[in-house]
Amino acid sequence: MKLDERVINGLMIVGLLALPLWAVVVDEPFTITLVTRAVILALAAVGLNIILGFGGMVSFGHAAFFGIGGYAMGILAYHAQTYTALDLGFASFGGTKTMPLIWLTAMVFSALVALLIGLLSLRTSGVYFIMITLAFGQMFFYFAISWSQYGGEDGLSIYIRNDFPGLNTLVPIQFFAICFTVLCVVLFLVARLRASPFGLALNAARQSTIRVETMGMDPMRLKLVAFVLSGAVTGLAGALFADLNRFVSPSMFSWQMSGELIVLIIIGGVGRLMGPVVGACVFVALEHFLGGLTDFWHIYLGVILLCIVLFARGGLLGLLTGKEGAHV
Amino acid sequence: MSSILILEQILNGLQFGVMLFLMAAGLTLIFGVMGLINLAHGSLYMVGAFATAAVAGATGSFFLGLVAALAAAALAGAIIEIVVIRRLYKAPHLDQVLATFALILIFSEGTRWVFGSFPLFLDIPDAISGPVTLPGGIEYPLYRLTLIGIGLAVAAGLWLLIERTRLGVQIRAGENDREMIAALGVDISKLYTLVFALGAALAGLAGGLVGAIQSVQIGMGEPVLILAFVVIVIGGIGSVRGAFVGAILVGLTDTLGGVFLPELFKLFMENGAAQKSGAAVASMSVYVLMCLVLIWRPTGLFGVRA
Amino acid sequence: MSDPILATQNLVKNFGALKATDDVSIDLLPGEIHAVIGPNGAGKSTLIQQICGSLKPDSGRVFLDGTDVSKQSTQARARAGLGRTFQISALAMEDTVLENAVLGVIGAQHAARQFWSNALRTPELTDRAMAALERVGLAEHSQTRCANLSHGERRQLEVGMALTLSPRAFIMDEPMAGLGAGGSKRLTGLLDGLRQEAPILLVEHDMDAVFALADRISVLVYGKIIATGASQEIRSSSAVREAYLGEEI
Repeated sequence: MKLDERVINGLMIVGLLALPLWAVVVDEPFTITLVTRAVILALAAVGLNIILGFGGMVSFGHAAFFGIGGYAMGILAYHAQTYTALDLGFASFGGTKTMPLIWLTAMVFSALVALLIGLLSLRTSGVYFIMITLAFGQMFFYFAISWSQYGGEDGLSIYIRNDFPGLNTLVPIQFFAICFTVLCVVLFLVARLRASPFGLALNAARQSTIRVETMGMDPMRLKLVAFVLSGAVTGLAGALFADLNRFVSPSMFSWQMSGELIVLIIIGGVGRLMGPVVGACVFVALEHFLGGLTDFWHIYLGVILLCIVLFARGGLLGLLTGKEGAHV
Repeated sequence: MSSILILEQILNGLQFGVMLFLMAAGLTLIFGVMGLINLAHGSLYMVGAFATAAVAGATGSFFLGLVAALAAAALAGAIIEIVVIRRLYKAPHLDQVLATFALILIFSEGTRWVFGSFPLFLDIPDAISGPVTLPGGIEYPLYRLTLIGIGLAVAAGLWLLIERTRLGVQIRAGENDREMIAALGVDISKLYTLVFALGAALAGLAGGLVGAIQSVQIGMGEPVLILAFVVIVIGGIGSVRGAFVGAILVGLTDTLGGVFLPELFKLFMENGAAQKSGAAVASMSVYVLMCLVLIWRPTGLFGVRA
Repeated sequence: MSDPILATQNLVKNFGALKATDDVSIDLLPGEIHAVIGPNGAGKSTLIQQICGSLKPDSGRVFLDGTDVSKQSTQARARAGLGRTFQISALAMEDTVLENAVLGVIGAQHAARQFWSNALRTPELTDRAMAALERVGLAEHSQTRCANLSHGERRQLEVGMALTLSPRAFIMDEPMAGLGAGGSKRLTGLLDGLRQEAPILLVEHDMDAVFALADRISVLVYGKIIATGASQEIRSSSAVREAYLGEEI
């Protein structure tokens, strides 16, 4: 069965929209929440795919940005809900519970941290790169645990979902609509990025560093820009995730989270535009259905993952389209 | 800040370091000889701990427990090498990371299925559970001292193995040029299985030994695994000597940092904040160390692979 | 005698006790093909790497168009007009011929900072890429994935990509390596026509190609240039033959 990738992509988008709408009709709000979760995880993985799939950089610490986005939301919302001021010494802010502002903060901080981490890590490659990104993720993890002002190990609860102008975000379908729209916008931008001269150069840098240099471009700079964009997108997803759960905790920084993001991409297909989306949907579905069947569903996830790595390297999209995707 | 406390902490750091070395040595050998990133190493540590707890609990003998740890971990290692790992040697690092990540899931949940979610009991054997008086008058737990001894003995044994035995020659040759030793008639797949099982046994031993002073529970291996990776990155991937130096450095940094950083912060912060900030920085200190080393030497202190 | 487009001055590179490059000064004049020949292990690759910027010499300098580029990176030298082809093809193998050629144009035009436009639908990029492909005879294969090209076609593509830089000089590392008779002939024809656009420093083992193409030949043995001169001279020099082939035949 060989299908055109664009057909599959279109079907995915339609399906992602249709399912929650159906759930509204039959009054199953939990389904909407489930799909929202898939959409947000997809967004996080789309961010990672910019460097992993297109740029060939295996980052095992992308949870750092997921967590930064989450904590950006958590900190701002906390100060707003407790009517305390966020005192930075040189300036003092009230918090905010407005989503666009929170998103902006999340993305800016994630991008800045990505710039720093990228500058330090991209000097290494291969297994050293994997390890150093893992280490950075861990640094944030342990820092968050010891940051008792914002909950430390226990995390931080945000009592009411944040606001979006003109919408009632407490209604599941409306919050879903926000997340879905964000995902679609980002997918569109990423698609354009991929087809752009920058995207072509980045993709070439993944395949041959020396070729890109010989054509007069700096692969390091290309990768760094990609890394920053990637961090910002995953950070945005983190803010949305924390908003979905109304809870942020150090586990958003964990290495298991970083691994999960990579898994999402692999299930769907590395380097494909909608690979992360397919992967996130499959993962959330497995989590829900298998998790309902048995407490030990992780074993089955592990076996499935092994089979994909050993026998179906191109992920689900690779199987369906009959073509291999990117080689990382 | 008494010198007794300092000495105690140094010894603790050394003990932590040599146990890390047991993990790191296996990891670095596996990467050096087979070019494989093995995330499942933490699971093998856990298998060793559970085996020790189960057998020691059933027979009352800690020693038998340790033997069980070595056997169980080596066996588990050999099995996964034959079934999964050997398909990954030529695969890209991403595949290796994912496949061994999948193994972690399988091992963790599998263990939880067999043993349940609660930690197992594993006690220090009575014979070596008391304190010992060291020259200078300080008292230090005998068990921890034993761990340091065992760790150093393993280090010496590994050195002998690699430098003085035929297997060691094959290992060193394999680290340099894989195709060559195959061409020279060395049975590569047996060698790889052996190296993997050896690394697994070391991890299992570490798990069993440390299980007595920390708890034996699901997921106990991963924090150690991550630190072991930090160790081999600092030491240089592929270098057992680097693993030893790196492990001691990491062990000391983590232990001494946890004790002294809060004290340092107390010099210019008030106590509560100093304690918290100091502890926070201490937990990050090992990673900061790794970053500093990588910036200075991108392939680690004794890195053999560029 | 016009100024050399490319010149090295007393390049030295040692790897421990091994003198890979021993005081090498060669130059490349406009319109010529200057071949560098020598036995295996003579240090040809090391020399190329130093000229192109991937390896730092211990001492000595490299000049492109009269400017000292010794401290410049590979990418800077490429932008300054140094086109290079590789002995083992360095291409984006998963991509098509056109995509690779467009990559060259992107580099030449500093277009990598564009995130929005579609690279393959931008005439400024694709027209120039296609022009280069036509020049090297690969225009019909523009949609073929590089992994599916023959060795000869990959060489042609590399030359085409070098052309997109509007190069001042070409450095070619054993372009004939791995080619059959037909492929060699085609590539030889292509290179012959190229010298007017930019001179070529040609490192090569294939003597037929060397004698068919080269205006001048330099002989590199154990890191040292033992002879430089017009093609005919070198051809008949017994000293060269001895150094190259060993004993007198």
